[in-house]
Amino acid sequence: MNKTPNPKAWLFVIPVVVLVAFNALIPLMTVVNYSVQETFGDNVFFWEGMKWFEEVLRSERFHESFLRQIAFTGMILVIEIPLGIAIALAMPRKGPWVSVCLVLMALPLLIPWNVVGAMWNIFALPDIGLLGRMINGLGIDYNFTQQPVSAWSTTVLMDVWHWTSLVVLLSYAGLSAIPDAYYQAAKIDGANAWAVFRFIQLPKMKRVLTIAILLRFMDSFMIYTEPFVLTGGGPGNTTTFLSIDLVKIALGQFDLGPAAAMSLIYFLIVLLVSWIFYTLMMRGEEN
Amino acid sequence: MNNYKWLVTTLYILFLMLPIYWLLNMSFKTTNEILGTFSLWPQDFTFDNYKKILTDPTWYNGYINSITYVVINTVISVTVALPAAYAFSRYRFLGDKHLFFWLFTNRMAPPAVFALPFFQLYSAMGLFDTHIAVALAHCLFNIPLAVWILEGFMSSVPKELDETAYLDGYSFWRFFLKIFVPTIAAGIGVAAFFCFMYSWVELLLAKTLTSVAAKPIAATMTRTASTAGYELGLLAAAGTLTIIPGAFVIYFVRNYIAKGFALGRV
Repeated sequence: MNKTPNPKAWLFVIPVVVLVAFNALIPLMTVVNYSVQETFGDNVFFWEGMKWFEEVLRSERFHESFLRQIAFTGMILVIEIPLGIAIALAMPRKGPWVSVCLVLMALPLLIPWNVVGAMWNIFALPDIGLLGRMINGLGIDYNFTQQPVSAWSTTVLMDVWHWTSLVVLLSYAGLSAIPDAYYQAAKIDGANAWAVFRFIQLPKMKRVLTIAILLRFMDSFMIYTEPFVLTGGGPGNTTTFLSIDLVKIALGQFDLGPAAAMSLIYFLIVLLVSWIFYTLMMRGEEN
Repeated sequence: MNNYKWLVTTLYILFLMLPIYWLLNMSFKTTNEILGTFSLWPQDFTFDNYKKILTDPTWYNGYINSITYVVINTVISVTVALPAAYAFSRYRFLGDKHLFFWLFTNRMAPPAVFALPFFQLYSAMGLFDTHIAVALAHCLFNIPLAVWILEGFMSSVPKELDETAYLDGYSFWRFFLKIFVPTIAAGIGVAAFFCFMYSWVELLLAKTLTSVAAKPIAATMTRTASTAGYELGLLAAAGTLTIIPGAFVIYFVRNYIAKGFALGRV
């Protein structure tokens, strides 16, 4: 759409800028402030320069939780995106069942995150949980509170349960926007199901899929409440993702300097990846 | 081919419903039964867990608190996002693209990063443990989202609508409120839905910013569970009740949810 140049449009944006800046800039400045200082209590601070940043970037603990986070986010994207597309393709296009499917599928998205964690906890416990009983009944030794592999697979399964529907809803919206004429043309050309998917459906879903990948990347990279309630980061540190580690350092041990430095590094990583993605997508849209 | 499609959808929905069923099942059992016997449905059906929650103020106040700050947040977010989204969709102005991206970066800020500074900021302003504090804090990620969704909807409305209204002698605000807002009512519904959803499910900030007077239900659950030695039946009933408001909202906007994100633009 052609946009009219209008400097006064800033007036419309001011309330949003003020509210978001208040919530974003002041806390961000606080974090920056802590990240370059040392304190021994009593609100007395000493300048430390880049010390905390170097410490965090060199620490084994940060590397480990960072790698864990990458592995988790990677697995989430690899599972949820194709699964979401497949389910969206299988969903009915018309009729009364569409609403039923949409409402039931969206349900997990609206459950408070700690309830999701608690729900999966009692669902997966080997003694009282349905899932735990079922897996053990199949002859597999499963106890997510003690075995790292079980804890990991439970956390991933929980996230798949929680968020795949978002990918489904987005892909479904993209699919519904394709006019029938496209399918008729494909039929005349004798295209098979794979060709229809590859050359009609996938390109038309490109935009919503980008949004889905971006949202899933950001949210899974920042995940805190669900794994914290489910496993508490354990057994040991095996499911301690970046946010859990950060809260442990900041609120558990009250090491403000390292926690602040880690916060900034963390935020910058999310920002950088999202920016690269955003730029690539914008370039794709211009072509 | 069609049967196979039905199977995929049905299996997926079954997978989604299983943990919810398990929660529901437990909410009708006594804690003793949960720990003592394993059964697929309640043997000793009881409403006691629900009765306790609906009669004990420390429990039901949690729901009132959550709904209060969620509604305040939704109203603030959508109200300020409306004119901003209009500006982004209709006008070009200094730094518009950068501003749009900056807004969006706040959606990327991990709440864990902001928990402690938020606590200090709102304590310093004397807003700690109030509904408005949580509502304002949630604006951090909800306003960018609302602007993003609304901008998408507004851009799909042809500009001729605005121009015709001005020719007919409408002032800007009269046009905006009488014609434009009703035109994008669906978009406002979707934006409100997503604001409601993200504010309702978020806990880390809500918990950090409250202690007693504005404590959200989700936080009430964790506290009671740990002090009373895991009253699982009660916990399950409280969890089940947190699903209901979301289910209601989703039912009302079911036809617009999918459209909302499709029209939105990053």
